[in-house]
Amino acid sequence: MSAYADPHPKHLLDFHDWSTERLNAILDNADTMSKVLDRPVKKVPALQGLTVCTVFFENSTRTRISFELAARRMSADVVSFAASSSSLSKGESLRDTIETLTAYKIDAYVVRHSASGAAHAVARFSGKPTINAGDGLRAHPTQALLDAYTIRREYGELKGRRVAIIGDIRHSRVARSNAELLTRLGASVVLCGPATLLPRDLAGEGVTLTTDAKAAVKGADAVMALRLQTERMDAGYLGSLPEYIAGYQVNEALLEDAAPNAIVLHPGPMNRDLEISADTADGPRSRVLKQVEHGQAVRMSVLYHLLVGRG
Amino acid sequence: MELKASILTADELRRALTRIAHEILERNRGAEGLALVGIHTRGIPLAARLAAKLRELEGVEIPQGRLDITLYRDDLSEIAHQPVIRETQIDFDLQSCRVILVDDVLYTGRTVRAALDALIDLGRPQSIQLAVLVDRGHRELPIRADYVGKNLPTAKSEMVKVKLAEIDGLDAVELWDMGQPGREQ
Repeated sequence: MSAYADPHPKHLLDFHDWSTERLNAILDNADTMSKVLDRPVKKVPALQGLTVCTVFFENSTRTRISFELAARRMSADVVSFAASSSSLSKGESLRDTIETLTAYKIDAYVVRHSASGAAHAVARFSGKPTINAGDGLRAHPTQALLDAYTIRREYGELKGRRVAIIGDIRHSRVARSNAELLTRLGASVVLCGPATLLPRDLAGEGVTLTTDAKAAVKGADAVMALRLQTERMDAGYLGSLPEYIAGYQVNEALLEDAAPNAIVLHPGPMNRDLEISADTADGPRSRVLKQVEHGQAVRMSVLYHLLVGRG
Repeated sequence: MELKASILTADELRRALTRIAHEILERNRGAEGLALVGIHTRGIPLAARLAAKLRELEGVEIPQGRLDITLYRDDLSEIAHQPVIRETQIDFDLQSCRVILVDDVLYTGRTVRAALDALIDLGRPQSIQLAVLVDRGHRELPIRADYVGKNLPTAKSEMVKVKLAEIDGLDAVELWDMGQPGREQ
């Protein structure tokens, strides 16, 4: 039996239980959701009567709004839970909080947490479909899906495409999820960063590692810059910012050896002129705002797949 | 499942569509301002065939669209498998049209209800009429067709299969016995 055998996974915590066929179906249905978002009435009744709760223990603007809009576009009711203003600050446990919310008849959870595995805990405590909106350094599956969707929209398919992901790989759940998803869908991935930010255990089938940004970008169809997550770093990971910029900033000079129509991605939020130059972030190769736009459609598709048709 | 009866042959199906085309022209006093919207899956080739007949009879090109009603179904939580969402494509201005919705079988009426909701979200047609190849009864909603190729009294344990050359390789309408009550067709 395949490692991706579950025909109908209940949660999207990572891609482990998801078949490649089902991941492709999410991307296929995102096309339909994109068209819904282009209509005068940007709403369909598919999730009418269901309630989605966004549970964010880490600050986030785009991911939370993207999920909330996605749920509302599908006619679900949405409640938001911000950990900083909750009873958790009075000492209530995560388990009690989630069980209390579930008693309010919540039908699905969207969870972000700084601890790897927190979304698994919410899934276990609630028993309801749970989507991981980023947990610690481990996974951010919907970000990877929207990145894959953005590349697929550009090129028609992912098979045979080369994607370079450059920057703070060590602290990036986005890089981890992307490496897994893109290779599952037939692309090859090069992870690139300073040796201190490049965990060796990420190399695998379809995934290569390099500290040479020029080599990483050579022939790449898509180049993704990652934010330097200084808030997660102890001292010693970086020599100096100018040194990092000289070696790893995604800019027009670095992109000279990329494929002629290579696109540039960034999961946001961007630090202009640090991991990406301002002219590249705003230039014709940039698909950063397209990623944001596609994120809503992809999350509509994910909610649809998890909440509809359970029989 | 067991085949109980052949309901329409290819010739009879063609004649039924010709009659519907004439009825459409009579009721609408010509083809001016009409548009045909087929409901996935078999409503789409049926709409194309009606458009061809109207072109033959009136010499005018009728705008055609395709409608997927998956996201508008009211039984999404009950179905066992996730339906594939297919393409909705309406490239003309609905506001200025009298739309004729086209489907193969009219049964409970829930598909048509979903189609009306989906269509109205895309624009506000002047009017909407409904053309179906087979009306098999068992309505659960107050919906009726304006144009019917064949009225066919059925039991709930039966299934009406419409086969079209564009999808199935041949034209036929058949009645099958499923042995248990069926779902929306």
